[in-house]
Amino acid sequence: MPIAISEKTIKREFIEKIASLSGQDINRCFQCGTCGGACPMSGEMDAMPRRIIRMAQLGLEEAVSETRTCWICASCHSCTVNCPRGIDLARVMEAIRLLTLRKNENMVEPSKMPAETVKEMPQIAMVSCFRKLTS
Amino acid sequence: MKVAYYPGCTLKTKAKNLEDAALASMKALGVELEELNRWNCCGAVHSLADDDLIHHVAPVRDLVRAMEQGSDKVVTLCSMCYNSLARANLIMRDDEVKRKTINDFMDEEEDYHGEVEVVHFLNFLRDEVGFDTIRAKVKYPLNGLKVATYYGCTLARPRNVAIEPPGGTRLMTDFLDAVGATPVKFADAFTCCGSYQIIANPENAVNVAAGILDCAAKAGAEALVLSCPLCEFNLAKKQGDMIQSGKISKGLPIFYFTQLLAAALGLGKEACRFDLNDKCSVEILKSKNLAMEAVAGIA
Repeated sequence: MPIAISEKTIKREFIEKIASLSGQDINRCFQCGTCGGACPMSGEMDAMPRRIIRMAQLGLEEAVSETRTCWICASCHSCTVNCPRGIDLARVMEAIRLLTLRKNENMVEPSKMPAETVKEMPQIAMVSCFRKLTS
Repeated sequence: MKVAYYPGCTLKTKAKNLEDAALASMKALGVELEELNRWNCCGAVHSLADDDLIHHVAPVRDLVRAMEQGSDKVVTLCSMCYNSLARANLIMRDDEVKRKTINDFMDEEEDYHGEVEVVHFLNFLRDEVGFDTIRAKVKYPLNGLKVATYYGCTLARPRNVAIEPPGGTRLMTDFLDAVGATPVKFADAFTCCGSYQIIANPENAVNVAAGILDCAAKAGAEALVLSCPLCEFNLAKKQGDMIQSGKISKGLPIFYFTQLLAAALGLGKEACRFDLNDKCSVEILKSKNLAMEAVAGIA
């Protein structure tokens, strides 16, 4: 489906927030798709990282928030080390996550985790998951 | 040789085999690891947002403890701890503004400027103990055991904390060579295991982990070696589910590198802790007549 882009749809504040949280200049991206090719989770994503960056360049805040990409990202930094334009995509994904998490929204609820899961999970799994996916 | 050592939370509970084997091996090699007197969780992951400094305080406090103990380096075993300590250390060493904010916040601690070097155990074995020393002390070489060298993410990325230069895949290979095993390189050696997504999106994480196991098996590996308890969970503990759902056809034995070291040094059951590994890990050692003392009596 075509995405309509106009002065109305471009959320400048969204673009600025991503830049300041991530410290990255996403306008450097020239859409080569290396990030998605290197991403181990790309097969599980509904939108490739390349697409997320393009939408972010255009300030399409809603379109970005409708994808699950940043919530499937495992912060493994494969995209970061492979990007030929030197964009630290792991930081961009973190910025996109934080824009939601800082509105006090959680993607996992620690208190609702089954006791069995808590018992078997390594601590580093829980700590890292809560750090990345809760507010 | 006396060296400061940071264990991390998981090694004291769910990954005792990683730590027990390491400590016993160091004792056998004449190295004294001095656990930090007081340590806290490293935070497991590094905060990537520019304005988020508070999460760096935990790993920095651990580094301050090492400095207080008079050590110029701190050795870690868990890959995630290594990554988060090493990255926090670089901020304190290189970023003047963030360093000042963090030091000002940690009112009661001594100021820290990156004085301590964070060293992963594999680097320590190569650079301080020496693979030749290990080779000379190996009692039962792991002859004929074909092991895939799995690094995962946090030992290799980002580049400024990689345990060896980008593109280099010698460290695990040389280690396995020293203990007499046959290293098997495979395409997914640096592919993420799915990490913490095992909690939030378990199906997605298991798919990725199964792909890594399949890749290793197709490369001719009979086992896989790693250094991270989260990778171990996704790649070993989840194998039952993977076989049941048809994602892999059979189990692949998974070992911590420290267990292979302890076994090769001829250490016993309490050191190697193969009782905490999957059944197939014990079976492959038995079938090849390797580490007989360490696997004797484990069903």
